Amino acid sequence: MTGETPLISARQLGAVFDVSKPWLNRMLALEAKQYLTAVDMVDIDIPKGKTFALVGESGSGKSTIGRMIVGLQKPTSGQVLIDGEDFFAISSEKKKMAMRRRIQMIFQSPYASLNPRWRVRHIIGEPIRAFDLLPASEVDGRVAELLDQVGLAKSDGEKFPHEFSGGQRQRIAIARALASNPEFIVCDEPTSALDVSVQSQVLNLMKSLQRELGLTYLFISHDLSVIRYMADEIGVLYLGRLVEVADRDTLFDKPRHPYTRMLMDAAPHIDAFGRTAEIVKGEIPDPINKPSGCSFHPRCTLTEEICRRDRPEVREFGTEKARVACHLCAD
Amino acid sequence: MDIQTPKGASARPEFKEAVTTSTWQRWMNSDIWHSYKSSPVIIISSLTFLLLVLGAVLSPLISPYTPFDPASLNLMNGFTKPMSANEFTGDYFLLGTDDQGRDVLSTILFGLRISLFVGVVAVLFAMTLGVVLGLLSGYAGGWLDGIIMRIADIQMTFPSIMVAMLLYGIGKGLIPPDLRDEMAIWVLIISIGLSEWVQFARTVRGATMVERQKEYVQAGNLIGLTRWSIMLRHILPNVTGPILVIATISLALAIIAEATLSFLGVGAPKTEPSLGTLINVGRQYILSGEWWILLFPSLTLLALALSVNLFGDWLRDILNPKLR
Repeated sequence: MTGETPLISARQLGAVFDVSKPWLNRMLALEAKQYLTAVDMVDIDIPKGKTFALVGESGSGKSTIGRMIVGLQKPTSGQVLIDGEDFFAISSEKKKMAMRRRIQMIFQSPYASLNPRWRVRHIIGEPIRAFDLLPASEVDGRVAELLDQVGLAKSDGEKFPHEFSGGQRQRIAIARALASNPEFIVCDEPTSALDVSVQSQVLNLMKSLQRELGLTYLFISHDLSVIRYMADEIGVLYLGRLVEVADRDTLFDKPRHPYTRMLMDAAPHIDAFGRTAEIVKGEIPDPINKPSGCSFHPRCTLTEEICRRDRPEVREFGTEKARVACHLCAD
Repeated sequence: MDIQTPKGASARPEFKEAVTTSTWQRWMNSDIWHSYKSSPVIIISSLTFLLLVLGAVLSPLISPYTPFDPASLNLMNGFTKPMSANEFTGDYFLLGTDDQGRDVLSTILFGLRISLFVGVVAVLFAMTLGVVLGLLSGYAGGWLDGIIMRIADIQMTFPSIMVAMLLYGIGKGLIPPDLRDEMAIWVLIISIGLSEWVQFARTVRGATMVERQKEYVQAGNLIGLTRWSIMLRHILPNVTGPILVIATISLALAIIAEATLSFLGVGAPKTEPSLGTLINVGRQYILSGEWWILLFPSLTLLALALSVNLFGDWLRDILNPKLR
């Protein structure tokens, strides 16, 4: 860790979903309630102005963590501290609104995240109106400024979302996220729905906005190359647990957890044409019935007896202080 | 790598102008207009509907007689044949007269007015109720959804005309006798409206459940919008498509329901007859040879219901891309 006081810190964050059948069906079949642990004891610290990236396969709980951090979903256990304050512990609606203004989110699908019946300038202006940041007469001016900031023309404000391409829509979504002058933005796979050629434009835009406005990002993605480009620190998620947290260079130069290594091997490399990529073995197990001990052991290449029996604790490795949850990992 | 900024403000036309001209042109080039132009059935039915609406709205101005003013009635005019002058008084009646000497054309125009009024207001009432309950049900979910949808399910098991008759009976019972004729129309509207909200509620609920999952709704939650603000300002504009279609088809159903109730004698009173009441009156004379008293109101009702129905079907098809 960097030693600064983090802007965002998640402590022992957990999310458990009740996935039971309706009670009548359950009574008839004599089944117990079923729970799905989507997020399990996750600790994250994000210093101001930095980007923390979460990587993992689908179903690993990445998006759930993002939703809990922005306050869309109440954590079942643990807490999220934003500048030392827990959003769900705030009782006054006024303070809640003040907190909401500081955190924003950019969503995965630029097609579903913009209301198709609203003009772009209304979409972007809505947070300004909701938080009452400017008098009504100045909203349009601010919207024009935001449109310019994300590389769109002022006249685009009069159009509807369907008149734009995916990349342009994501720019609109970014402009909306910036409208409330937030300090922290959760980016939930913001480029995974875009063409590869457009991805880098959007990523560059996000990086330069971070520099200009001193934004802090939580960047969620399954794409390692995107993460390598964006992140300062990376957390690897497997079945709701952080199996490895390290800064970017450490993680890519010296991946320690077998799962991290497997992900890196599986990523397609453009410079390795003709090379047979190591295929990821197996699939992510059923999160309702997780494997015993280390939940990665059925897919792991190393597995020993202890992996089946005990859940690995997080240990720190090397001078880089990479935190890895693995029994067999040694420096 | 540098940011590609597609700034081209100067190259773009002034947007205000572009919007106004293109809206009209877009409409003229749209599939809907094209489909309308190339379908004679729809042109005829929409024109028929327009004509009937005009007739109803303008009835006090255009009807040749004032049929429900006792002072202007002449019993000598009773049972005049269509397209002929009365043999005693010499008054001319295009569609004949009934037993009291009322001009059938005029009674039809006034009846049409009541039928349409009841139909339109009942549908607006059903629509408001159904849309609000559907939005609530679909957005809130849980026990509220359970209660609203079970009420809807129970109501669906009865024919809507039966529900309307039941509600009509209750309504009549609650109103003091001297106000009954005055309030009859409103009781009719409420009972037809209450029997038709289910269609709206179900459709809106389904569409709301789809929209609720979308990320723009979450973006609204994120900035702390209230439930009602999200439902009415964000979700409602996205579920209105099917509402329009159901409203048109419900209008035909409401008009027929009103006619049925009035025909059965539980609807519009004889002092303010709707088409259904007129048909009921005409029914008594069909066997004694005065066919016009029954036939013309029936044909009007047929034309009205059919044109609304055809238009509704067309609207449904054109707004559903899967059927094209």
